[in-house]
Amino acid sequence: MGAHIASQKTYFTVTVALLMLLVVKVGLAYVHIGIWSLVLTLTVATAKALLVILYFMHVRWSTRLVWAVASVGVVWLLVMFALMMSDYLTRGDVHYMLNQPPVSHTVNER
Amino acid sequence: MSSQRHTSLLHQFNDLEQQRLSYEVGMWIFLATEFLLFGTMFAGYMVYRTHFPAAWAAGSQELNVLLGLINTAILLISSMFIALAVRAGQLGLGRSAAKFLLVTMALGSMFLAIKAYEYHDKWSHHLVPGLNFEAHPEHPFGLPLFLSFYFTMTGVHAFHMIIGLGIVGLMAFWCWRGRFTAEHNSPLVMTGLYWHFVDIVWIYLYPLFYLIGR
Repeated sequence: MGAHIASQKTYFTVTVALLMLLVVKVGLAYVHIGIWSLVLTLTVATAKALLVILYFMHVRWSTRLVWAVASVGVVWLLVMFALMMSDYLTRGDVHYMLNQPPVSHTVNER
Repeated sequence: MSSQRHTSLLHQFNDLEQQRLSYEVGMWIFLATEFLLFGTMFAGYMVYRTHFPAAWAAGSQELNVLLGLINTAILLISSMFIALAVRAGQLGLGRSAAKFLLVTMALGSMFLAIKAYEYHDKWSHHLVPGLNFEAHPEHPFGLPLFLSFYFTMTGVHAFHMIIGLGIVGLMAFWCWRGRFTAEHNSPLVMTGLYWHFVDIVWIYLYPLFYLIGR
C-alpha cells in the first residue's frame, strides 16, 4: 500500500464547499442572534477546518496512528480552554461564596 | 522487495512505506505543537474577550471585512493548489507539481501583500498599540488589547506564511529538478500539510477578528 491519491475532482469539490461555507460565515456575521452568532460562526469554521484536515491533509485516508496524533493536539487544546475558562468565568462566584453563609443555595444569583 | 535498497531510503528505515508513515506521523506531532502554540493565543483572546466584549466589537469594526474575505478566499484556493501539487508529485509529475507550487506561492504572496496593506492602514489610523496609538475615549484598555491580539496573532500567522513561502519555493525547485518520484515525495507532502495548517489557523482568525460585532 502507498499514499492515497485523491482525484482532482475531489479537490475542486472541497474547494467549492470551502468557499461556500466562507460566504455562509460572512453572512452569519450580519445576522444578529446574540451568542448563537458566535456558536454558528465557530461551527462553520470548524466544518471548514475538518474539510481541510480530512481531504486536503489526507487524514481521511491515513492510518489510525495519524488519526490519533492529529486528534491529541486538538483534544489537549480543548482541555486547556475548558479548565482555563472554568477558572476565569467563575472567579466572581468563588468570591461570592466565600463571603456568604455556608448553607446558601443561591450561589448563581448575583 | 529486492535486497537492493532504494536510493531515497534512509538507513534507519526498513522500506519506503515505513519511511513515508514515519514522515507523516512526525509532521503531525509537529503540527500538534503548532496547534498548542496558536491555541495559547486563542485562549488569551478568549479570556480578554469575555472581559472586554464591547471593546472587542468596536475593535472589529476597525478591520476591513472585504480585504479579510478576499484573503481568506486566496488562502483556501492556495491550499487547493498545493494539494494539486502534492497529487502531481505523488504521480511522479515533477514539472506539473512545480507549476502548481508556483501558483501557491503567487497566491501566498498576494495574501501577504494585502496583509501588509492592512497593517499600513492601521498605522495611518494610529491603531498600532505601543508604537502609534491614539487612546480611545470609550475603550481605553480594551481597544489596545484587542489590537495587540490582532497584531500578535495575525503577525505570527504571517510569519508562518513567510516561512511557508520559502519552503514551497524550495520544493518547487526540487520538483522542477526531478528530485521526487512517485515512490519518494514525503518532503513535498509535509510542505502541503504545513501550508494547510496555516490555512486552518486563518479559518479561525478571520471570523474571530473581522466578523465579530458586525
